[in-house]
This record gives sequence, structure tokens and C-alpha cells, in this order.
Amino acid sequence: MSTSVSTPPLSPAGASRPGAPRRAGRRASGRARAWATRAPLLPALVFLIAVTQLPFVATLVISLFDWNSLAPDERGFAGLANYGSVFSDASLRESVFTTVLLTASVVIVSVVLGLLLALLLDRKFLGRGFVRTLLITPFLLVPVSAALLWKHALYNPEYGLFNGAWAWFTGLFGVSAPAQPDWISDMPLIAVEAALVWQWTPFMMLILLAGLQSRPAEIIEAAKLDGATTWQTFRFLTLPHLRRYLELGVLLGSIYIVQNFDAVFTLTSGGLGTANLPYTIYQTFYQAHEYGLASAAGVVVVIGTIVIATFALRVVSSLFSEEANRA
Amino acid sequence: MSTLSSPRTEPAGRPRTDPYAPAARRARRRSAGLGLLAWIVGIVFCLPALWMLLTSFHSEADAATNPPSFGAGLTLDSYRVFFGAGGGASPWPPLINSLTASLFSTVFVLVLALPAAYALSIKRVEKWTDVMFFFLSTKMLPVVAGLLPVYLFAKNTGMLDNIWLLVILYTSMNLPIAVWMMQSFLADVPVSIIEAAQVDGARLPTVLARVVAPVAAPGIAATALICFIFSWNELLFARVLTGVTAQTAPVFLTGFVTSQGLFLAQLCAASVVVSLPVLAAGFAAQDKLVQGLSLGAVK
Repeated sequence: MSTSVSTPPLSPAGASRPGAPRRAGRRASGRARAWATRAPLLPALVFLIAVTQLPFVATLVISLFDWNSLAPDERGFAGLANYGSVFSDASLRESVFTTVLLTASVVIVSVVLGLLLALLLDRKFLGRGFVRTLLITPFLLVPVSAALLWKHALYNPEYGLFNGAWAWFTGLFGVSAPAQPDWISDMPLIAVEAALVWQWTPFMMLILLAGLQSRPAEIIEAAKLDGATTWQTFRFLTLPHLRRYLELGVLLGSIYIVQNFDAVFTLTSGGLGTANLPYTIYQTFYQAHEYGLASAAGVVVVIGTIVIATFALRVVSSLFSEEANRA
Repeated sequence: MSTLSSPRTEPAGRPRTDPYAPAARRARRRSAGLGLLAWIVGIVFCLPALWMLLTSFHSEADAATNPPSFGAGLTLDSYRVFFGAGGGASPWPPLINSLTASLFSTVFVLVLALPAAYALSIKRVEKWTDVMFFFLSTKMLPVVAGLLPVYLFAKNTGMLDNIWLLVILYTSMNLPIAVWMMQSFLADVPVSIIEAAQVDGARLPTVLARVVAPVAAPGIAATALICFIFSWNELLFARVLTGVTAQTAPVFLTGFVTSQGLFLAQLCAASVVVSLPVLAAGFAAQDKLVQGLSLGAVK
């Protein structure tokens, strides 16, 4: 509806201008104008291709070589052997599994929590802006700081806040020997996930809150007048409206969390079965100096990411065209 | 007067409000309850960060107690030690490195992204959506996949441990985000105003400075802040490509944890100091944060 309103006034105004004065040399000037339009785009494009695409091509090439920098003489073409190793190597396979588990659990839990928080914030109450600020603070901590905070100030078995607060709380009831688990060694993956969920919930909340606030108010009002319960309104109006915001949150979250390095590196140094692919690749090349193998693993990550990214692009593109139509 | 008006309004007012009054009161009470709940949830959720802030003002002895010393006296000692009073490595070089990398990469991003966004929103090139999605697709390429060639390149050209290498990498890391954000901000500038200015004989630089800039300025500022945050936070590149001289603040933080006994208050102080610029930038960009993080898809 909005397209039919907004496009007509634009195109005649644009079309009437170039046709009027000059006729001669119009094709040449047209081509020049096309280049003049393109020119501002070129520096960014060229720079981006050079810095992000060329290294990946190099990775692709290196992945076909048997190359350990500690044994430079044995470097040679290996074909697809590195890919065979990626899939047969137990630790790499395990890190693929860890990556999927870590990403999926963090994304799902933070989307659910983010939705609950967004629903809480989607109403007027005293100090709402301040509460919103409180809620996004975790997202605005430097990831390394947040990971260090969780590792030392919260999880530490002797003086961390979790065990400390538990001891204080049980002490109120006269318990003399409260449970004091060593969080990171008892449940390493959950420990990493909890820290990541804490940082990513605000991100989901922000996207979903924007989704809630873009709900057409008249329809909600009409449903209320028709006697719909809060749950019915949520289930049949809010949730369908939020669907694409949920998709967007899930997909953008997946793209960022698949690549997570900071939390794994800081909290567990990849130990205790928490090494995800980025960490394993970092280790394979930085500590084991297996360049060929690391590159092959990198290519595998890229292929996995492309699968998620294709969906992500589709979602972003549908939201994008909706925006474009509305404008 | 009151004797006259009250008998007239009461019979009319009472039957209208009465059946709804309890429901309205219940709704109001429920809404107040949910407001209170939001406050409690907000505080609990933020508690780890608040605990970090509190601990950074405790003495080392008070910081590492079990049960925790909530009400211990406050001191600035940890901050003093962090900034070198204890004889440890000074945090200033890493902080300055981070600032250099973040500021310069942000400036470069703006210089490259502004004209590109202009060509993608105001003066639209043909197939502009394809170009947009090419920019976005580079952001989806995992950083780790290009790390090794970048490392080898840096090693062979003597760029290892050089902050300008990070500036270049951070520029490329943030460029797609900036192009998307600014495209959406520039697209908000009404075409009719631009055309009106051109009809009045304004030249392109004048149009950009007088018409486009005022409308797009808040968006450009938010873009810059978000790019600054991402650069400041980055760990993987910095960890692999820098050593001593070009070390950034996050790398410094990871090396900060020593095996020595009491360090928790100092660690919290360090985390607070390193996070402060990001918190400041994030709160400044709060209104546009969603639009930026969702690459302009959500407004």
C-alpha cells in the first residue's frame, strides 16, 4: 500500500530532470554519470575485498597443503587430506559438536530470557529507562572483562560471589557446611554458556523490544475490546508479529556466538571439553603450528556459517524490503 | 455551589464508574506489580556488574572473603595499584594502543562508508541491494578463517606487533556494519528536501553539508560509537597479531591474572577501567543501538 503512494511522486521528478537540456553526447555523459554514481562506492568495495576476501582465498589454498611451520622442509601438496583429518580427528570433531551445542544453547536461552525481559519492559512504569539501562549493561562490558568477572569474582570456589552468597544465605539458617561447588571444573560448558547468556540476553531483549513496540496498537486495542485474554493476545497477535524479530535475533546471535573466542579463551582456555571451533583453530595454528590443518578447519567453519548466513540474509532481506516499502 | 453540583454529578457518575472500578484498580495494581518485578529483575540481572564495581572499591583482603563482605569500607587502592602504584606493568600503553586502534579504525570506516552509503541510499547505483548484501556477507565470514594468511602476511612484511595492522583489520571488520547502518540513516533523509535544495541551485557539497548532514548526524554518530565498541572489544586478532608494543587493553587484561594470592579487587578495577569507554559509548548510542546491532533491519 505504501509503495503505491510513495513511488509515483519520486519517479517523474527524477525522470523529468535529465531529459530536458542536452541531447548531444548524452550516451557518453550517461556512462560518465553512471561511473560518477558508482565512484563513491569503489574505495569501500576494493578495500573490503582486499582485506577480507583475499585472506580467505589464501586459506583455501593453504588448506590443500601439508604444512607445519615447525617442519618447513616437509611442506607439500596434500590435496584434500587435511579435510579428511578434520573429520577424522577426534578433538576437531568434538569441537564441532561443542560449537553447535554452545551456540544453540546460548542462543535459545538468551532469546527466551530476552523475550521475557522485553515483555516486562514493554509497559510504562516508573524508572523504565533506568531499568533498561541496567539490563543492557552486561552487553556493554568488554567481553574479556565479563569473562574474567565470571571466572574469578563469581565462579571461584573459595571466594566467588556464588559460593559466598550461598554460604551467607545458608548461614542465616544455621547451616554450617553449605555446598561449595567448583563451578568451572564441575560444569565447564554450562559455566561458559551462563556467562555468554548473561551477555547476549540484552541483545535479544533490545531486538525483541523494538519488535514489540512496532506492533500496531489499534489491533491490540481491538483484540482487548473483543474480550481476548492477555495470553490469547500474546499467542495469536504478538508472537506472529514477533516471528521475524525472533528469527533475526536467533540468526544474528548465531553468527556472533559461533565465532566466540573471548569467553572460551578466558574462562577455560578451551579445556574440559569447552574448545569450540574458533578456539581449536587458533590452537591448531598458533600453538601446534599445523597451518594446513587449521586452514582446512577454517574452511569447514566457513561452509557451516554460510548455511546459517543464507537463512540470515533472507530474514534480513525480508525485513529490509519491508522497511524500504514503508519508507 | 458544591451543594448544587454534587447531587447532579453523583447519580450520573456512579453507575458509569462503579462496575469498572475494581477491574481498573486490579489492572493498575497488576501493572504496578509488574513494574516492581521489572525493577527487581533488572537489578538481579545487573548484579554481577554491580558486584564487580563494588569489589573494585574494596581492599584485596575484603574482596576475597567468604561469605562476601558486602559492607566493607571503600578504598581507591586497587585503582592506584592498577595504574602502576604497585610496580606492575603500566596499563597506559595498552589503553593508548586500544584507543589508537579504535579511533583511527572508526575514522577510516566513516571515510570509506559515508560515500558508499551515499551511493547506496541517496544517489542509488543500479543493483544497490546486491551490493548491500555483498557487504553483509563479508561480515558473516568467520574471522578465524582468514586469520592465518593475515598472520603470515604480517610476519613476512614485518607488520607483526604493529598497531596499524589492527587499525586496517578493524576497519574491514566494521565497514560492512557501518555501510548498512549509514545506508539506513541516509535513506531517512527525504529526497524532496535534497531536490528542493538542488532546484534552488545548491551544489553537491552544500547539499551534503546543509541538508544531508543535519538529518543524518545522529545516525552517523551512533555508527561511529558502535564501530568504536567493536574495535575496543576485539580479542582474537589482537591476541595473535600483537605482542609487547602493540598490545591492546583486552590482551593486557587476559595477561593480568597472575597466580599471586590476592588480586580480585585489582582485577575488578582493571575490568571496570577497560570497560568504561565501551559503557560510555554504549549509553551514548543507546537509542540507535538496536538499529546498529541489527544492521539497520530493526528501527
